[in-house]
Amino acid sequence: MTRHTTRAVFGTGAVLLAGALVLTGCGSGFAGDDQKDDAEGLTSSDDALTLLIGSSGDAETAAVQSAVDDWSAESGTDVKVQVASNLDQELSQGFAAGEPADLFYLSADQASGYASNGSLQAYGDQLSNKDDFYPSLVENFTVDDTFICAPKDFSTLALVINSRMWADAGLTDADLPKSWDDLATVAQKLTTPEHVGLAFGAEYQRVGVFMAEAGGGLVQDGKAIADDPANVEALDYVKAHLADGTFAYAKDVGAGWGGEALGKESAAMVIEGNWITGALSNDYSSLEYTVAELPEGPGGKGTLQFTNCWGMAADSPNQQAALDLVEYLTSADSQLAFSEAFGPMPSIKSAASDWTAANETLKPFLAGAEYAQFPPNQAGSADVIADFNSQLESLKTADPKTILDSVQSNLEAVVE
Amino acid sequence: MAVKAAPRRGGASGLRRGEAAAGWLFTAPVIAILGVFLLIPVLMALWVSVSDWAGRGSPLSGSVSFVGADNFAAVLGDGGLATKDFGTALRNNTWYVLLVVPLQTALALFLAVLVNRAMLRGRGFFRTAYYFPSVTSTVAITVLWTFLFTASGAVNDVLSWFGINGPNWFNDPRGILHLALGTIGVDTGPASLTEGGALGVSWWEWLAGPSVAMSAYILMAVFTTSGTFMLIFLAGLQNLGADVDEAAMMDGANGWQRFWRITLPQLRPTLFTVLTLGLIGCWQVFDQIYTGTRGAPSKTTLTPAYLSYQTAFQNQEWGQGAAIAFILFVIIVVFTLLQRWVLRDRPVSKRRIRAYESPSKGASS
Repeated sequence: MTRHTTRAVFGTGAVLLAGALVLTGCGSGFAGDDQKDDAEGLTSSDDALTLLIGSSGDAETAAVQSAVDDWSAESGTDVKVQVASNLDQELSQGFAAGEPADLFYLSADQASGYASNGSLQAYGDQLSNKDDFYPSLVENFTVDDTFICAPKDFSTLALVINSRMWADAGLTDADLPKSWDDLATVAQKLTTPEHVGLAFGAEYQRVGVFMAEAGGGLVQDGKAIADDPANVEALDYVKAHLADGTFAYAKDVGAGWGGEALGKESAAMVIEGNWITGALSNDYSSLEYTVAELPEGPGGKGTLQFTNCWGMAADSPNQQAALDLVEYLTSADSQLAFSEAFGPMPSIKSAASDWTAANETLKPFLAGAEYAQFPPNQAGSADVIADFNSQLESLKTADPKTILDSVQSNLEAVVE
Repeated sequence: MAVKAAPRRGGASGLRRGEAAAGWLFTAPVIAILGVFLLIPVLMALWVSVSDWAGRGSPLSGSVSFVGADNFAAVLGDGGLATKDFGTALRNNTWYVLLVVPLQTALALFLAVLVNRAMLRGRGFFRTAYYFPSVTSTVAITVLWTFLFTASGAVNDVLSWFGINGPNWFNDPRGILHLALGTIGVDTGPASLTEGGALGVSWWEWLAGPSVAMSAYILMAVFTTSGTFMLIFLAGLQNLGADVDEAAMMDGANGWQRFWRITLPQLRPTLFTVLTLGLIGCWQVFDQIYTGTRGAPSKTTLTPAYLSYQTAFQNQEWGQGAAIAFILFVIIVVFTLLQRWVLRDRPVSKRRIRAYESPSKGASS
């Protein structure tokens, strides 16, 4: 027996030792690569680049691939485009392994988390086209006063209206809602037993537009303002109309999101972003719709913007080339091509007039760039919003003030 | 074995001298594989759960430091969002376990007894049919379930034949106990329940019961796993000798008595296996949630296993994610031990012994 125990101990010890050696062996590879750092603190080498994207479909993949191929031919640096099936997970794995993709899609709510653990190379201030980006987008990707990464494109929310139902209800262009009262009136007129007047997702990312229009929001000047009276007013307004049946959450009319509700004709109006155009033309091509700016609330105009940036890895051996590629990908030509292929709006002001010329009917989306708020981008805020969303789902029966108070205390924990 | 081996050890034959080495050689591949893919990852996760590793580079590198029980405290103690989420996940999963384990065990046993009968026509067909959901991928069944349980899906259609207006299953966050209480006019809990609480969730919320969405998952778990456990029960049933049963029959016991007094006690080891496997499987529920609702609606389908994944990969709180995984591990171990204790062999009580007049030892096996 003793002999067996001794052997067992030796055996386990050997496995552990071998394991430890393997691990430390891996560990040594992380830090010590020799790259030249240039004056701006970016690495440069002859290494090929890897681009990790979370693609919405073949159109997006093909568009990115073709832009990258053009750059590759020009610069002589090879680039491999990888399409992630689960972007968050693959990014995390890359960072943990010490071999992340050089450039990748990065959402605004993730940016600060990755920046705080040192995974990201902040390069915003070194972009030659830095001043061309919309200021609200730059702010969206600014963490601790550092402009981290270049916004690759953006979307805003607007009111998307089923034209036929609009006409059937006897409404004309002059009736497009300018205020909350107008909105309530037209929603009332558009509500029939078959469909509701206005539908939107049960989440801050839609309901938040009312908070913005009321003059509220979640974070302002680095302070949590979720319990601001303006927000209470906004949720009270939404709650009242959810109760009278003229507004509804998309899921309550049997749709996964606003676009589906509009497409299935279970809602006459929805609050959605410009990605809806692609979905409607794919799945509900016969539907005619009008896009209008969201109405003004007591606090003026308001909408939300959503954007991703081109994140750059701190562990990338060839950041200089990566920066060059980002400048190429955010140029007006590339962004207009992307917009045509899969819908988002260019993140730079100089592409606005060309984009508007090509997308006359979608102008209200771009107009939103002037006054859009963005969801909080502090590390940990995604959790707070997820919790907010879970409470918004039962807004119809809940007390707005109670919801906002709990959001406020959660938000204060992540905003300083 | 040890007794037989003892004289040989001193013997000069040396015939078996190389056996130990050969033994290690043959088991080495498995030890290596289990070590690299199981033991080392577990140890690393344990380290991550007490470190401040933020997801960049190796957790064993010099820049990662030991933070003691901070991560566990964030999940269990500080009352913030992390604690509340964990409390909610634990609440959801407790109800899930509480309903799924007894239901699936009872159903599996019932099916096993049915298909074990020698007289049944088409036994092979029924055995295959009941087992079929178990061999189908969870992902496929989850997708099927989300279709069946939509607001205008097949399940609600069937319910409407009976005049029942079915709920919007996977989007309905209301707890079924709260709903039941609502029908008798109780909509808010008494202050004693709403004010106190554990892990950031009030007692009233703990008592909400599984949400309607979670109930759909519970039905799915019972549907998919009963087949597997039926198979285990069936194997157990076929191992039982017919003689004891026949003896009971001669004593005049009817079918019902024979099942409860003769068959079931003999199945105790099998029952233990089924309950343990069921319990572990239920606490680890992940793939349905990942493919289906991802914790929605209102976090009522959040489970600790999914929360662990979400905390680590989405929120970059790797330490907390690992801490949740280890808390889950402790929960599973505690429940398994508890259940082992409940199902232990007890000496037959004096009252029982008196019931049998024969002087033979009454201890059941």
